[in-house]
Amino acid sequence: MHAVNGVDFDVARGESLAIVGESGSGKTVAAMALVGLVPSPPARIRGERAVLNGLNLLALDERKLSEIRGSRIGFVFQDPLSALNPVLTIGRQISEVIERHLNIKGGEAKRRAVDWLVRVGIADSQGVADSFPHQLSGGMRQRAMIAMGLAGEPELLIADEPTTALDVTVQAQIVDLMLQLRDDLGMALVWISHDLGVVAGLADRVAVMYAGRIVESGSVQDLYGRPAHPYTRGLISSVPDLRTERLSRLATIPGGTPDPMALPPGCAYFPRCGISERECDARVPVMARISSSHWIACTPAANGIVAAEGQGDE
Amino acid sequence: MNRRGTALLEVSDLKVQFAPRGSGLWSDKKGVVRAVDGVSLTLQRGETLGLVGESGCGKSTLGRAILGLVGAASGSVWFDGHEITAMSNREMRRIRPRIQLVFQDAGAALNPRWCARDLVAEPFKIHLSLEGAVLQQRVDAIFETVGLDPALGKRFPRELSGGQRQRVGIARALASEPDLLVCDEPTSALDLSIQAQIVNLLQDLQDQLGLSYLFIAHDLGVVRQISDRVAVMYLGKIVETASRDRIFKEGRHPYTQALLSAVPVADPEHANTRGWKAMTGEVPSPSSPPLGCNFCTRCGSKAEVENRLNIDCDMIEPELISVEELHEVSCHLFPAN
Repeated sequence: MHAVNGVDFDVARGESLAIVGESGSGKTVAAMALVGLVPSPPARIRGERAVLNGLNLLALDERKLSEIRGSRIGFVFQDPLSALNPVLTIGRQISEVIERHLNIKGGEAKRRAVDWLVRVGIADSQGVADSFPHQLSGGMRQRAMIAMGLAGEPELLIADEPTTALDVTVQAQIVDLMLQLRDDLGMALVWISHDLGVVAGLADRVAVMYAGRIVESGSVQDLYGRPAHPYTRGLISSVPDLRTERLSRLATIPGGTPDPMALPPGCAYFPRCGISERECDARVPVMARISSSHWIACTPAANGIVAAEGQGDE
Repeated sequence: MNRRGTALLEVSDLKVQFAPRGSGLWSDKKGVVRAVDGVSLTLQRGETLGLVGESGCGKSTLGRAILGLVGAASGSVWFDGHEITAMSNREMRRIRPRIQLVFQDAGAALNPRWCARDLVAEPFKIHLSLEGAVLQQRVDAIFETVGLDPALGKRFPRELSGGQRQRVGIARALASEPDLLVCDEPTSALDLSIQAQIVNLLQDLQDQLGLSYLFIAHDLGVVRQISDRVAVMYLGKIVETASRDRIFKEGRHPYTQALLSAVPVADPEHANTRGWKAMTGEVPSPSSPPLGCNFCTRCGSKAEVENRLNIDCDMIEPELISVEELHEVSCHLFPAN
């Protein structure tokens, strides 16, 4: 089974990349594999390279990788309860990150840990710092987790559905904080999400995954303004939009996501696609560039765009 | 008992409280948790009332109290002229087929050892005592109603996708021919492309069967899509209720406005210019809510109320009052018309 298959992406300093996809599309596995967090075996990871600022992560041994994780690459996981240590207080866990990676000790590290809790919008920051994970609500734990991911001031933050469990008002606060850190510290951000609304507000570039492959990638303006892959188009039109004056029936994509154990031989989206051609069933489409910053893996759509541009030139 | 008006469901001044845990080793002895703290609402036949609010505001508990699944501390729930809150278990069993629940996590609500067909057949057996060919016919019919391929009937819940499981859950809820469905976050565990399918299905079913929905959700986009009226809940109380269009265009309560402005919009052009009102502060614990307005710890309009109207939000609780026809708000900024 290929959970992730031939995925390429890059993110620059101070840039945010969103990886968008539905459950089972491989978006989490792709990001975790980068830094050796997918247990192997059972997983086998083959890739040419995963480069952080000139350093090939796939070539590093476990000890070197673990040094990089947390200091140069920060993480925010989807499920804070399994990522936080149940027997240490939140404050201790955050200050440990600060001591280890920023070489700041004792009281200063503790003070900074509380500061981070304030920055993620926790009013009773001292109280939360003194609490154990099980004493906090889900939303509070998630914010503590975010504070921990940020406390090492990493060059790259990988955040996997970091705000999915949070209420919208808190989510807005967290998104703003992340963008501010991206701008202030020049942090690069990889944001894994299924929420097209949140992604529109924070990403510079977006990669859409379907059944283990990236099917479309481009600037956030390309993706939302000129979505080209039929799957991306379907997804965007099935989001209820609060701004429309008249309510119409929601657009849907027929069928469901394919079983990763039994992918169709050609394009994985073929069974649900409205514009498919005969060859789509037989061959996996390759990524084609349709503008300077915009790529899609859909042969009929890419051909259609090239043909339309040809006519425009005449 | 048939004394109320035409509303299908009438909830008045309902309170649901949970006692603090006993004096166990790890108990932190706090006061009673007021999960639902004096809620009144009505639901007409064929209507959908959207109930929105953040996690912990009591919206699910309210749904469960309406179904008689948690007991009320005080207040009443009337369903089609019958007072649910005063019913014996035996009476409750008679009314239960008419009020059904659609769960958020259909997977957890379905017996994993039963195939889809048996799961859907069960309520027909229990509520209508059907068997044999008649039963099979009804099961086939309901599979079609909810858009499930009959070939999936032999599959177990784990072999179905999230959307298919939710369709099984809806089919089970519909089997007893209910008047009211309490839908508790029915789409929030689903992928986006499937969520739209389920919202459309619920709308079609309402048109075909004349169902009424109490639609509990935190996703305002989905709520707007499906609701006729919307009630906004905060810390156990309803703070605003109005028609769908009024709430989304002219929601007045500072909490409603904060909630609406925090909803992310799937449009980068809009996102860069949006001006959501950041809320600070935490939601108070439902075991020790503020003396005055429940929202006062996070409200951006508190200073205005205190300076302009000279009312202390911390101490004086606003009432839910009518500001326009069918539009009620509980905030000192909006006195009765």
